[in-house]
Amino acid sequence: MANREWPLWEVFIRSKQGLNHKHVGSLRAADAEMAIENARDVYTRRSEGVSIWVVESKNLFASDPSEADALFEPADSKVYRHPTFYDVPDGIEHM
Amino acid sequence: MKEVNISELERRFQEKIDNDIRIEPKDWMPDEYRKTLIRQISQHAHSEVVGMLPEGNWITRAPNLRRKAVLLAKVQDEAGHGLYLYSAVETLGADREQTIDDLHSGKAKYSSIFNYPTLTWADMGAIGWLVDGAAIMNQVPLCRCSYGPYARAMVRVCKEESFHQRQGFEIMTTLAKGSPEQKAMAQDALNRFWWPALMMFGPNDADSKHTQQSMDWRIKRHTNDELRQMFVDATVPQAELIGLTVPDPDLKWNEETGHYEFGAINWDEFWEVVKGNGPCNKDRIDTRRKAKEEGLWVREAAMAHAEKRAKRKSA
Repeated sequence: MANREWPLWEVFIRSKQGLNHKHVGSLRAADAEMAIENARDVYTRRSEGVSIWVVESKNLFASDPSEADALFEPADSKVYRHPTFYDVPDGIEHM
Repeated sequence: MKEVNISELERRFQEKIDNDIRIEPKDWMPDEYRKTLIRQISQHAHSEVVGMLPEGNWITRAPNLRRKAVLLAKVQDEAGHGLYLYSAVETLGADREQTIDDLHSGKAKYSSIFNYPTLTWADMGAIGWLVDGAAIMNQVPLCRCSYGPYARAMVRVCKEESFHQRQGFEIMTTLAKGSPEQKAMAQDALNRFWWPALMMFGPNDADSKHTQQSMDWRIKRHTNDELRQMFVDATVPQAELIGLTVPDPDLKWNEETGHYEFGAINWDEFWEVVKGNGPCNKDRIDTRRKAKEEGLWVREAAMAHAEKRAKRKSA
């Protein structure tokens, strides 16, 4: 039997309740269950997590960095989405 | 995407590097940059993995339960560090299995320090103190390496590595304060590991063929000789504090430069070990190869089990 490599999984860890899961790296595992167990050993040896997500890397889709300018351009021209765009008269302190 | 020529891509790439903007996996990068990183990161990963062997040798013979638990945790960390690094190398499009096969065939190198034997318990102290100490000197600047995934892996590694150095120094301190035999054992370990630890930083700058390009790409931030000097300056006072003698008759403090001067390194020995003729090269690679071959049926069984379960679920 050929030596087939285990699939690659991306690992996301929630470091404490109230925070988002954050990408920490990847690992190889035969299935999702093993990926979570391995992620526990590889990425949380010092209590870095309270929850783990794993996603098989082939199921992850990413934007193309060479098209980042065009992709994010629409936001560049809309300074009025930021509060600093607006004049606030003197005398108004908290707004 | 607009058609852009290579030299324009290269110019933009170098501009990012010069402005300390990190390069991420899907960004355009020169082939040589990619190749250099694959070589460096995979060899770094191999060093972590092979580095488990000299210490694993002493787990069953640690002098007490505390030392044993600590050594186990340290060796487990080295496995983790190897895995962070293989993860980083895969982001460059390298195949993990292939990089490991390159180690086993001798095509890829690993840190030559792990080709020395660990003869006594004091070697666990010397390795933690000197070898991990030298590794920290190398790795701290790598936390600012231009390649994002490598830099992030190094941040994790460095956080964990400082415990490694402290536990080693604690072993040395305890032995140095012990019976005359124990102190002699600590001194002997220092004698054997001092020079190989200095060699860990690689050839002198004048003989290091990759340094300049790696500095320009901000993969490296300091030259080999700069890092070696930092290590000597930091370590000599530590040895003095616990009453051990650095085995270098030419070692002396230079008041003017504020640095220690040290004797010539035996580069013939270094190159012999790099070429595969160190005391343990063959043993280390044989052990790694055997682990991979004998673990094959386990990896296949896990895959078959996963496929069977997936089928049952979808049925």
